Amino acid sequence: MHELSIAMSIVDTAQEEAERHGWTHIHAVHLKLGLLTGVVKEALLSSYEMACEATPLQGSRLVIEEIPVEVFCPKCEARRAVQSIQWFCCPECGTATSDVVQGKELQVVGLEITE
Amino acid sequence: MEPRLVEVRKNVLKQNDVIARALRERFREAGVTVISLVSSPGSGKTTFLEKTLTLLRSRYKVAALVGDLATENDAARLARSQAPVKQITTGTLCHLEAAMIQNALEGWDTGELDFLFIENVGNLVCPSSYDLGEDLRLVLLSVTEGEDKPLKYPTIFNSADVAIITKMDLAAAVEFDEQSANRNIQAVRPGMEVFKVSAKSGEGMDAYLEFLERRRIGARAASAV
Repeated sequence: MHELSIAMSIVDTAQEEAERHGWTHIHAVHLKLGLLTGVVKEALLSSYEMACEATPLQGSRLVIEEIPVEVFCPKCEARRAVQSIQWFCCPECGTATSDVVQGKELQVVGLEITE
Repeated sequence: MEPRLVEVRKNVLKQNDVIARALRERFREAGVTVISLVSSPGSGKTTFLEKTLTLLRSRYKVAALVGDLATENDAARLARSQAPVKQITTGTLCHLEAAMIQNALEGWDTGELDFLFIENVGNLVCPSSYDLGEDLRLVLLSVTEGEDKPLKYPTIFNSADVAIITKMDLAAAVEFDEQSANRNIQAVRPGMEVFKVSAKSGEGMDAYLEFLERRRIGARAASAV
């Protein structure tokens, strides 16, 4: 369970951005969460609430967009979404591949703010 | 005033990644090969590492950092190999972070070392997100854990470079299905190199140590270019 430390990093990241730009209030944080990060959405949401306590972000929302895992298939020469993270292969031709091109994102991509 | 949405692009683990990158650069300059170990608790990391240190020590300068929530028992066990060992106690934290490695290395001359091993906290979930600046991440799976561990924890197996199947001396007793374990490892990380070892009997340790030595030579040749 490392979601609390991740949530605290999200709060820090958002706060730093707000201070840098002089925004007075953050209403929501938008996050891209890759499905290969090992971070559980539900746990992150409840940890976020805790992490916001006694900070200027208290009461703000965390909006999570889950990003599916995509690999590069060397045979099709194309990006393909894997059907399961228990099976890293191209869903079209079945070629096994470890070349992950998407799914490890843990990125703050937007903030709902008032200036 | 109505709130408005502004676009930002900030990696949440940026702080860890920045430190990890600095560590990797420091290790490369120092010419030390850094190997981290992850596994569930009880898979034999410490015994395996103690054996590794003991076998490498005659030919290389080796050292280890070992992470645990509490106690210094593992450091004491590893110290029997006579290699320099430092315990990192994480308190309640379930994984090591790059900053802890940086702190633990304070006062150590990494330029003196050939191999540095980092034993992560026994946990198959949390360590996967944190880069420690290592060259190679080994994931350990003991024969007593069940062949489907890779399917249950695909994220950490996918994040690792090499799989080590430990406690091979018990394989027959627990009817370990090697083919099935291999199939599962290859499903979550196609092409992953797998070594089967018993730290107790020494079985398979040579092939694994030769692999580490080859990696070290390869990395040094690449960084000399």
